[in-house]
Amino acid sequence: MAAPVRIFLLVLLLLGPGGWGRAEPPRDSLREELVITPLPSGDVAATFQFRTCWEWVSHYRLFPKALGQLISKYSLRELHLSLTQGFWRTRYWGTPFLQAPSGAELWAWFQDTVTDVDESWKELSNVLSGIFCASLNFIDSTNTVTPTASFKPLGLANGTDHSFLRYAVLPREVVCTENLTPWKKLLPCSSKAGLSVLLKADRLFHTSYHSQAVHIRPVCRNARCTSVSWELRQTLSVVFDAFVTGQGKKDWSLFRMFSRTLTEPCPLASESRVYVDVTSYGQDNETLEVYPPPLTTYQDVILGTRKTYAVYDLLDAAVVSNSRSLNIQLKWKRPPENGYIHYQPAQDRMQPHLLEMLIQLPASSITKVSIQFERALLKWTEYTPDPNHGFYVSPSVLSALVPSVVAAKPGDWEESPLFNSLFPVSDSSSYFVRLYTEPLLVSLPTPDFSMPYNVVCLTCTVVAVCYGSFYNLLTRTFQIEEPRKGGLVKRLANLIRRARGVPPL
Amino acid sequence: MGLLSDPVRRRALARLVLRLNAPLCVLSYVAGIAWFLALAFPPLTQRTYMSENAMGSTMVEEQFAGGDRARSLARDFAAHRRKSGALPVAWLERTMRSVGLEVYTQSFSRKLPFPDETHERYMVSGINVYGILRHLAASTESLVLTVPCGPDSTNSQAVGLMLALAAHFRGQIYWAKDIIFLVTEHDLLGTEAWLEAYHDVNITGMQSSPLQGRAGAIQAAVALELSSDVVTSLDVAVEGLNGQLPNLDLLNLFQTFCQKGGLLCTLQGKLQPQDWTSIDGPLQSVQTLLLMVLQQASGRPHGAHGLFLRYRVEALTLRGINSFRQYKYDLVAVGKALEGMFRKLNHLLERLHQSFFFYLLPALSRFVSIGLYMPAAGFLLLVLGLKALELWMQLHEAGVGPEEAGENPPHPLTQGVGLASLVAPLLVSQAMGLALYILPVLGQHVATQHFPVAEAEAVVLTLLAIYAAGLALPHNTHRVVSTQAPDRGWMALKLVALIYLALQLACITLTNFSLGFLLAASMVPAAAITKPSGPRYVLLSPHCRARTPPHGFYLTRSSSPPGASAPPQGALRCPAGADEPSSYTPGQLVPVAGAAGGTALPDRGLAALPGHAGPGRAGAPHLRRPALPTAGSGPLPLLAALLERALLEVTEAAGSSPRSLLPRK
Repeated sequence: MAAPVRIFLLVLLLLGPGGWGRAEPPRDSLREELVITPLPSGDVAATFQFRTCWEWVSHYRLFPKALGQLISKYSLRELHLSLTQGFWRTRYWGTPFLQAPSGAELWAWFQDTVTDVDESWKELSNVLSGIFCASLNFIDSTNTVTPTASFKPLGLANGTDHSFLRYAVLPREVVCTENLTPWKKLLPCSSKAGLSVLLKADRLFHTSYHSQAVHIRPVCRNARCTSVSWELRQTLSVVFDAFVTGQGKKDWSLFRMFSRTLTEPCPLASESRVYVDVTSYGQDNETLEVYPPPLTTYQDVILGTRKTYAVYDLLDAAVVSNSRSLNIQLKWKRPPENGYIHYQPAQDRMQPHLLEMLIQLPASSITKVSIQFERALLKWTEYTPDPNHGFYVSPSVLSALVPSVVAAKPGDWEESPLFNSLFPVSDSSSYFVRLYTEPLLVSLPTPDFSMPYNVVCLTCTVVAVCYGSFYNLLTRTFQIEEPRKGGLVKRLANLIRRARGVPPL
Repeated sequence: MGLLSDPVRRRALARLVLRLNAPLCVLSYVAGIAWFLALAFPPLTQRTYMSENAMGSTMVEEQFAGGDRARSLARDFAAHRRKSGALPVAWLERTMRSVGLEVYTQSFSRKLPFPDETHERYMVSGINVYGILRHLAASTESLVLTVPCGPDSTNSQAVGLMLALAAHFRGQIYWAKDIIFLVTEHDLLGTEAWLEAYHDVNITGMQSSPLQGRAGAIQAAVALELSSDVVTSLDVAVEGLNGQLPNLDLLNLFQTFCQKGGLLCTLQGKLQPQDWTSIDGPLQSVQTLLLMVLQQASGRPHGAHGLFLRYRVEALTLRGINSFRQYKYDLVAVGKALEGMFRKLNHLLERLHQSFFFYLLPALSRFVSIGLYMPAAGFLLLVLGLKALELWMQLHEAGVGPEEAGENPPHPLTQGVGLASLVAPLLVSQAMGLALYILPVLGQHVATQHFPVAEAEAVVLTLLAIYAAGLALPHNTHRVVSTQAPDRGWMALKLVALIYLALQLACITLTNFSLGFLLAASMVPAAAITKPSGPRYVLLSPHCRARTPPHGFYLTRSSSPPGASAPPQGALRCPAGADEPSSYTPGQLVPVAGAAGGTALPDRGLAALPGHAGPGRAGAPHLRRPALPTAGSGPLPLLAALLERALLEVTEAAGSSPRSLLPRK
C-alpha cells in the first residue's frame, strides 16, 4: 500500500517544475539568434547570440550554475568577458555589432556592498580562468585599471561609482578550441541542437575574425520594470574569408561556412532565429540552406519579425562610406576646451598607465593620439621565455555615441532582435559603438640570453680572477723572513729534551 | 717577484720593450694582414648552420605554380608603365585588390641635394603602392616582400612574380603574420620614404603622406630584383647601410631553399667554390671575401634591403641574373624559393636573433664569425699600442736608453708631461673633424649662392678648402713644448694621438669590420712611423748655452735630412759635441728677438715666447723650442680628424647623407 503512494509522490515531484512552468510564464527563458551579414569586402560575418534570463530566486534551470554561483559569491553587478582572435577591420567590414579587442578582455562591476574590490577581482579572474580555460589568472594589478569615463554599466544600475569597476586586457591571449568548448557547455542545449550545432571548432577557427563573449547583467523583466532578472548573453562572431572559404566567390551557404546545416531548434529556446542581411544585395543570388525556410521578411530582412535593421544598413552605406572617402588630417595641438582628461600614471610593476580623453571630434577628420615612450631594460627575471618576440601594449578603446542618420523607431526592447539590444539606448537619435584598436608589439632592449652571453660572463669572471693574482704577483715584493727562535713551548720542550738526553727540536 | 715594482727589473723590461719594439710592430702588422687573408681558408671559416629552431627543417611543400600568371602580369605592368611613363599606380591598386589584398598608396617627395644629371631635376616625387595580406591574428607582426622600381622599366618581372605570389598566398590559411607586398618608386628613395612613414619618423627630410594601413612590427623583409623571364642564377646581397648585415639565419634560409630547389645561387656574383682541397677553392673564396669587404666598407646599401636593416628588420636582396649559361630557371623556381622562405619566416616565434649579426662571407655556405676575424684587426691595432707603450717608456724612463744605461740621466725627470698643453691641439683637431663633417653641406649652400659653381662642384671645392685650411693646422698647434725637455712635447702628443686613433679604429671595427680593417691597414703604418722631421729647431739647452755669446740666443736649424737626423731621444739632449760652436750647422744661425719682447717671428713654425725663468736659472730668458712644426701635430691630428669624420658618419643614426639614397643609375 505504501509503495504506490511513494511512487506517485515521486512522479509528482519530477513533474513539478514543468507543471509550474505551464501555469505561469516561465521565469527562465532562452532566446537564440544568428545574424549573417555579407560584408562590403565580400567576406561574410556571422554573429550568434544566446540570451538566457534567470530570476535570482529560482533554481538553475537554464542558467549555468557555475556562473550563477559566481554572481552571488562575488556580489557581481555586471560581468563582461570576451576572448578574441583577430581584429575587426572597420574600414573594410563596416561597424560591428559588437567588437572586442584582440586577446582577452574582462571587465566587471561589483555591488557596492563589496568591501575589498581588488581582492574580489583577483579571485574572480582566477575562477573565470578555470571556467573558460583561459589565462585570465595573469590579470593582476599591473594590468588592471579603473576607467572613469568609459565602461558604464550596461544593465540596470543605481549608481555609477567607478571604484567598483575593474577592467583588464590580456592582448597576448590566444583563443582556441579549449576556450570554445567550455563556452559551448554553458548553453542550455550545449551543441546538440539549435543554432549551436553550427559551432564546429575546425570551421570557426579558420576565419579572419573570431570573438566569443559572455555578458552578464541585470535587466528588467518587463516593460514596467517591476522585477529584475539576470541576463546572460553569450555572443560569438566570426568573419569568413571569401578568398579562403569561398575560393574567391561571393556566394555562400551555411554548409559551406560551417560544414553543418541547421536541423532542429533547441527545444528549450523560446525564440530561435536567423537573420540574414540582404540589404546590399539583389534578390536570390545566394543559396541559403536554413531551417525553417524564410517565411517572414520585412522590408529587406529575411526571417525577421521586427524591422530594426534598416538603421544599421543605412549607417553602413551612408555614414561609413562618407567618412572613408574623406581624408583630411587634423592633429590636436592641445585637447579641446570642453574635453575631459583623466590620466593615472603608472607605478613600476604596480599599475599600468591609464589615459582617458573625452573629446569631440570634428566631422570628417583624422585624430591622431601618439604616446612617446622610452625603452627600458627590465629586471632579468621579468623577461618572458621569448623576450625577442616583444611586449604587447593593450589596444585602446574608443566609445562613441554616434548620431543616427535615420532615427530608429522606438520599439519594445524585449522584442527587438538580440543583435540590436545589447547596448542600452537612451534616445533613438543616436547609437552607441565601442571600437578597439590593434594591440601593439613593442620590442624592448633584450639582453642576449644565449650562449655567447654566458661565455662573456664566464670569461670576464676568469679574467678578473686572473688579473688580481697576476697584479699581485707583479707588484708585490716578497722577502724571506728568518724563522724566529721559537716560542715558550718550544724552549720548554727543548729543556725537557736536554734533560732526557735527546737532541733538541 | 715584484716585476713591475722593482726599479732595476723595470728598467730592464723597458729596455727590452724599447729594443724589440720595431720588430714587434712589423711582426704584428704582418700577422694582422696574414690573419685576414687566412680567413678564407677552412680552419677559420665554418659551415653555416641554421640556429633558429622555428626554421630548422625545410619540410615545406611549395605549391606555387603561377609562372604564367607572373609573366602575364609582368607584361601588363611593363606595358602600363611604358604608357604612363611612371609607376602605373591605378593598375597596381586594381590588381592587388583583385587578388584580395588591402591596398594603400603613399606619395612622397624629396628635394635632391644635387640635380639628377640625366633629367635635371631637383625635386623627386613618387608614389609607393602596397597591399597587405591580413591573417587571423591581430596584425602585430608582418613580413615584407618589396620590389623597388627605378626610373627605367626594369624589374617588371619582379612585380609580376610578386603579384602572382600574393595571389597564391591569399588562398592559404596558414599565415600567422601579415604579409606586405610593397612596390616602391625611385628605388631606395621610395623605400626610405615608406619605411620612415611606417615607423612614423622623419630623419632624411622626406615629405610623405602618412600611411593608412599598418601591419605591426616587421619581422623580416626580402627585396626582389628580376628583369628577365628566365634566370640563370640568383645573387644575394646582404650588405646594408653603414655595413650593417642581416642575421645570418636569413641567409641560411635562402641558401637552404637554393639547395632544395636546385637553384644556382651566387654571392658577390661568385659561385660557391666546390673544391676546398685544391688551391682554387680557397682562392675563389678570398676573392669573394675581398669583394664583400669592399662592399661593406663602402657603407652604402647594396640593395633596397639595406634600408630595412636600420629599423632592425632583417632583410636581404635577391637579384635574378640572366647570363649566358645554358640552363635557365623560370619564374616558378624563383617563386617556389620565395614561397618556402616566407613560409619558414611565418613560423618565427621571435624575431631573428639566434644566429650571428657580425660575420664575413667567403662563400655562400661558409662564414667567419666575429670571434675569428677580430684578431686580424686586433693585430693591426696592437701596433699602435706597442708604439704608444714605447713612447710612454721613453717619456718616463727617458734616461735609460740602451746606450747610456750606465750613466746618470742628464735630466732629472721631475717634470711630468704637461698634459694641459695637449688640450689645444686636441681640441683643434676635434674641431677640424667636426668641420669636415658639417661644413661640406653648409658650404655647398653658401658656395652656390655666392659663386657661379654647380652643387656637386661646390661640395668638392668646400672639401678642398677645408683640407687647405688643414695644412695650416701646425701653425696653430706648435706651442706644445715643455720648457725643459723639448721632445717630450711631441712625444706626449703622439702618445695621446696614437691611443685616440687606436680607440676610434677599434670602435669602427666593431660596428663595421671592413671599414675599420681597411682604415687600420692603411693608417697604422703611417701613424706608427711618423716622427718629427723636416725643418726643425734645436734649442740650446742651458748647459750647452754656456759658451754661446752672452748677448744673444741662437737657434740652429738642423737641415739634415729626416732619415739622418738624430733619434728623438738624442735630440732631447745636446749632441755629444754640442759644446763646440762648430758643431752647429753653419750659416743657419737665427737671431731671436729679445726675451722680453715676446714677439712671434714671422718665420714658419717659429715663435719666441715671453721668456720665463727655467728652474734653477732665474732671470735667464730662454726660448721655448719652437715646436717641431710638423712633429707632434704632424699628419696625426689630421688623420684623427678624418677618422672622426668617418666615425661620425658611421654612428650617426641618420647615417646616410642624402646622396646614398639617390636613385641608382
